[in-house]
Amino acid sequence: MPSFYEENGRFRGFWAWIFSTDHKRIGLLYLLSILSFYAIGVLLGFLIRLELIAPGPTIMRPQTYNALFTLHGVIMIFLFVIPGIPAIFGNFFLPIQIGARDVAFPKLNLLSWWIYMGGAALAILSLFTGGGPIDTGWTFYVPYSLRTPVNVPLAVLGVFVLGFSSILTGINMVTTTHQLRAPGMTWFRLPLFVWGIYATAWIQILVTPVVGITLLLTLMERLVGVGIFDPAKGGDPLLYQHLFWIYSHPAVYIMILPAMGIISEILPVFARRTIFGYKAIAFSSLAIAIVGSFVWGHHMFVSGQSDVASVVFSLLTFLVAVPSGVKVFNWVSTLYKGSIEVAPPLLFALTFIFLFAIGGLTGLFQGALATDVHLHDTYWVVGHFHYVIFGGTGFAIFGALHYWFPKMFGRMYHRKIPYIAWGLLFVGFNTLYFPMLLLGWQGMPRRYFDYLPQFHSLQFLSTIGSWILIGGLILMFGNLVHCLFKGEKAESNPWGGATLEWQIPSPPPRENFDEIPLVSKGPYEYR
Amino acid sequence: MINDRSMETHRDDLGSTLGMWLFLLSEILLFGGLFLLYAIYRFNYSQSFHLAAESLNRPIGALNTVILLTSSLTMALSLYALKQKQSLRSLCFLLSTILLGLLFLFNKYWEWASKFEHGVYPNATRLLERERGEVLFYGLYYSMTGLHALHVLVGIGLLTAMVYFIRKGKVHHERYLPLENSGLYWHLVDIIWVFLFPLFYLIT
Repeated sequence: MPSFYEENGRFRGFWAWIFSTDHKRIGLLYLLSILSFYAIGVLLGFLIRLELIAPGPTIMRPQTYNALFTLHGVIMIFLFVIPGIPAIFGNFFLPIQIGARDVAFPKLNLLSWWIYMGGAALAILSLFTGGGPIDTGWTFYVPYSLRTPVNVPLAVLGVFVLGFSSILTGINMVTTTHQLRAPGMTWFRLPLFVWGIYATAWIQILVTPVVGITLLLTLMERLVGVGIFDPAKGGDPLLYQHLFWIYSHPAVYIMILPAMGIISEILPVFARRTIFGYKAIAFSSLAIAIVGSFVWGHHMFVSGQSDVASVVFSLLTFLVAVPSGVKVFNWVSTLYKGSIEVAPPLLFALTFIFLFAIGGLTGLFQGALATDVHLHDTYWVVGHFHYVIFGGTGFAIFGALHYWFPKMFGRMYHRKIPYIAWGLLFVGFNTLYFPMLLLGWQGMPRRYFDYLPQFHSLQFLSTIGSWILIGGLILMFGNLVHCLFKGEKAESNPWGGATLEWQIPSPPPRENFDEIPLVSKGPYEYR
Repeated sequence: MINDRSMETHRDDLGSTLGMWLFLLSEILLFGGLFLLYAIYRFNYSQSFHLAAESLNRPIGALNTVILLTSSLTMALSLYALKQKQSLRSLCFLLSTILLGLLFLFNKYWEWASKFEHGVYPNATRLLERERGEVLFYGLYYSMTGLHALHVLVGIGLLTAMVYFIRKGKVHHERYLPLENSGLYWHLVDIIWVFLFPLFYLIT
């Protein structure tokens, strides 16, 4: 049977890709576009670190620095991690894992990708028009974003458009999961990756509109000056922060929940054991999605909100740690007495658990009211969220790439190189970000262009780490890209997985299943 | 074999309806952010909100409410007629829905224009001389009714597309879901107005 690469449909060549409604092709479109933006984000991060290698101006002026860290944030958050897993792997694998031929709304799916590219184009256009690249930080806080002469309106519009794409993907994923499960694919036979994407999709639908309206109002504020967020006209900037974080904190869970789903897929396959506590993991995804939507105020402990609100938000923040802990304990228990094969995907999954644990625990320091006063807006925060987002979601994406690569492309990568790349990534990552935790603890504020001499050695160390990390990234992606063309042909089930995507050829045929499968067992039953 | 299957059209009415409701949910949250802002500023500046609300044109607001509610009725009748295989009658009701929507927008335009004449629009010097609460009231008034009017406009576009599809025979008594979903959108826009009207015109 010809694979989905060979069957073009109505169009030819390039057009057969950008106008395809096949969920697998759309997934690969997203893969290419999202990883391209990731490369730009990494380059910007590299330049920021290079600037900070020594106190005072090194390679750029302060205004350039402000623009670079803003762009780094905007690209990494809105163009890479938020769409990353749902749009790439969710698109490609969710329909296959539930035994469907496509998503519920294939045309809407293609439209989402076009809207994503449109939003990205607006964001890029904003760099070269109006007052030039934005310097507000990725949060666009008012009143500064209302006063700065740079091109805030276009950048904000770009992010608004990206949010629209995210909502449409969410609607597609929820409907697909409800409507297109194969016969016998009951809710508790769903692979845990599907649960992760499902919970994420609900957050995408419910909270993205809130940031949408916030950004629209910011836009209106800039264009006609309605005054709702402008303190000079009676508006309250604190309300901007509330509305912004009502979305942007749950957005953290848009980033991490699907990553947790990937880990729950990889661990049982390479431990040759069924997952420990399936229902606990599935429901903890929903619990994180629900409780995580009510903790946004912990970004505002020092912004002037009431003490009562702070106490409540702090308590709820600690509550989110419970379902997160449930997941970590279940993963570790899955490994217990397993027949473990440390293949590259598992190595990345284990690293996820380690780095996510550090990221999660450092988060609790900030969730506590008293310590947050000391840590707020310091490098500690920067270290913390890089441990969660990069150490968590980033490494999960690396794991997913190595796990599903043979299925997506029908070829196997070089099996030794990922270990070396992993070593560089792990050492580089910790050398880069652990010093940030120490710097923050010592009081170094985030987003500063310059710093006092006493912070020099740790900043220097951190910059060295960025070089090692980038070396690891180049080696890892180099291996994958090389083997995309030159790798050996992959078998249909190289890892011995029990979920449905491993029961069809690699790469999958155009509509995945010749006949819709009848599911009679759980996703991790190997016997 | 594969080509045969791609000739089949996949149809899932329940799925389409579910998708539409999810979209409407996200619309509600889009407006939800604005209603939240309204609630907080109303609490903070209740006196100014009271004063500002007095100056809005209540009869025309009431008229617009009647117009939109009637348009929801004609929308529902249009769907009913289509299901009864009376596509001509369905078209008539649909066109009256569109006309009522346009009438609503015309009234809204007239209302805004007369405010503009009195120097009451965002960032106007005469507005900024007033109390801060009044500035916020009008900021919210223009943002919320403006966003709502934009939705009415999108709804009119959707319904016009439906007129085209019904005439082409692509939407008919067995395939009425596109009209039903457009109707759902129209009703949502209507319901949002039902909340906007008392919040801005009646509570003083």
